[in-house]
Amino acid sequence: MFDIVSFFPRAVVQSVPLLCGSTGETITEKSGNLNLGIPGIMYVGAISGVIGSFFYEQSLKASGSTINTFLGIAIPMVCSILGSLLMGLIYCFLTVSLRANQNVTGLALTTFGVGFGNFFGGSLIKLTGSEVPSIALTQTHGCFVHKLPLAAKTGWFGKMFLNYGFLVYLAIIIALIAAYVLRHTRLGLNLRSVGEDPATADAAGINVNRYKYFATCIGSVIAGLGGLFYIMDYASGVWSNDGFGDRGWLAIALVIFTIWRPNVGVLASILFGALYILYLFIPTGANAAIKEFYKMIPYVVTLLVLVTVSMRKRRENQPPASLGNSYFREER
Amino acid sequence: MNKKTKTPFFHIVKRGEIPRWESIMIHAIALILALILCAILTTLLTGQNPIDVYATMFEGNFGTERKTWILLHLLAVLLGISLALTPAFKMRFWNIGGEGQVLIGCMASGAVMHNWPQLPNALLLLLMLIAALAAGALWGFLPAICKAKWGTNETLFTLMMNYVAIQITAYYTIRWEVPKGSGKIGIINQASHKGWLPSIAGQQYLPTILVVALLTVLLYFYLKYSKQGYEIAVVGESERTARYVGIKVEHVIVRTMSLTGALCGLMGFLLVSGSAHTITTTLSDGRGFTGVMVAWMGKFNPIIMIFTSFLISFMGNGAQEVASRFHLNHSFSDILTGIIIFFLIGCEFFVSYKLSHNKKGKEE
Repeated sequence: MFDIVSFFPRAVVQSVPLLCGSTGETITEKSGNLNLGIPGIMYVGAISGVIGSFFYEQSLKASGSTINTFLGIAIPMVCSILGSLLMGLIYCFLTVSLRANQNVTGLALTTFGVGFGNFFGGSLIKLTGSEVPSIALTQTHGCFVHKLPLAAKTGWFGKMFLNYGFLVYLAIIIALIAAYVLRHTRLGLNLRSVGEDPATADAAGINVNRYKYFATCIGSVIAGLGGLFYIMDYASGVWSNDGFGDRGWLAIALVIFTIWRPNVGVLASILFGALYILYLFIPTGANAAIKEFYKMIPYVVTLLVLVTVSMRKRRENQPPASLGNSYFREER
Repeated sequence: MNKKTKTPFFHIVKRGEIPRWESIMIHAIALILALILCAILTTLLTGQNPIDVYATMFEGNFGTERKTWILLHLLAVLLGISLALTPAFKMRFWNIGGEGQVLIGCMASGAVMHNWPQLPNALLLLLMLIAALAAGALWGFLPAICKAKWGTNETLFTLMMNYVAIQITAYYTIRWEVPKGSGKIGIINQASHKGWLPSIAGQQYLPTILVVALLTVLLYFYLKYSKQGYEIAVVGESERTARYVGIKVEHVIVRTMSLTGALCGLMGFLLVSGSAHTITTTLSDGRGFTGVMVAWMGKFNPIIMIFTSFLISFMGNGAQEVASRFHLNHSFSDILTGIIIFFLIGCEFFVSYKLSHNKKGKEE
């Protein structure tokens, strides 16, 4: 029997990195910046958090004291935010200020970010001198997965909806706020106008570059939190090189799948998360290879959505019109 | 004049054509700055004298004859993939699916090699080549036809196609794994060498290198002197102009992308038949993405691309040597590659624009 009570929570924890990545990327793309550096940024967000809590745990070990829950969460969070912010700034500086090509910059950022993550991950592993090629931050993991007190008492409902670390709820709240701001506020309207037609936005007195900078940096930070969640919550505080896999690209796929709507992303990311782990729950029998085909489903579905949306040509479902272009006032 | 309005220190002016030497100087300065930053970083991480580090890099590439061949092979593969991507980019078709197009080429030729080892070698090689070209062309054709017909965003489309190719490869890797449960196919036709490109003068990598050299020359002429090459350039510069002068834009898009895909497939064939003799999901090793950067930095000029892909291969290969000698993680080379590319794409700004200082008290 297919056990939904155990399947659903696993799909949810799979979904959070995707949700963070896609919310961040949606905000970024709404400003007209196609940031293909998201996979790299998520790696950097993750490793920065790991570095922060690694040294915090080392100092605890040296002084022999126990972990302070607040610091245990705050230190990796701040480090992660700084790390991904820096990546966002590099991207903005190159594409907005120096008007470099966005695709090329994004890809370079991904190469750099993944390399950065694996390199410092590898160095920390060496510092610990452990036999296994991973770093375990069990104490920090403990801080991140404090559950809601009601979770144990409410039966299946608690198991399905209340039994998560705080980052899960944070990710959903961020996505909902982002959706609200994009659709219903002046700020969101301005941002969308920058992504659709920067020249018009400029003429209306909107500071195009400032919007692009802010949107991209906030987007990077949110995406970076996805990386942090993956390590501290999902992976039980264990960093292993390349462990994060291709979730960053899947997050970009999710942006298209949700047709640039973070609130849809909450459910869609759970769907993607479910597809990602579906093969674990479907009996494959002797044919182990077939699960590789199941893993293809999210991408194929995304492709279909992309093509259908472009065929139907409904204006509100299209990518931001100036997505991928730099803006230079004198070139109008 | 409102008191709050601040005059910025400088403003940006678009340049006209600048002399070639000046453009080269700007790139050279950017490169030197990048190398200095890399050296500082390496010194911080290894505690070694930066000159020693670069000497180690040099040794990693030219220390032995074998290392030089490896460098040349890396260079040839990266250059080949970048060249394959160039026609599409020149048309401003943002194909970032090179990874998938190469991989599906690997997959197709590997499948032929795996399934029909009893065929005569020449026929087998020919079939492998055709399969790779066709598979790659298909991977290029699909996004192109959607773009031409419905204006589907090609960047996102080709990105997704990468993963379709990866998962297909992963599927067959497990189907055909030897031994069962290893998750690897292992070397195909290890004993008979069926479907392996023959070594030339005892050098396994030489056929690949020669094919890429030929490809460089052909593409140079194709892009620069052929009618189709000209059409690509016009569509890339301005679609409206192209329509106005009667170029069938949709037709050019589909044709060019199929060509790009097929050439990527060719590189896949060379990877499988010329060096790897197996299929894994990581055969392309991110070079479909690096190729995008090489093609862009080389301004779609095959001759400049030789230099950029040499630089990236040199740094990558050298960083491996540095990493193993100083016990660093091999991802080190990705960081260096990233830094160099940041500088090289950043410096393009100074080729196209110049900053001019705003004098105080003077308003425009």
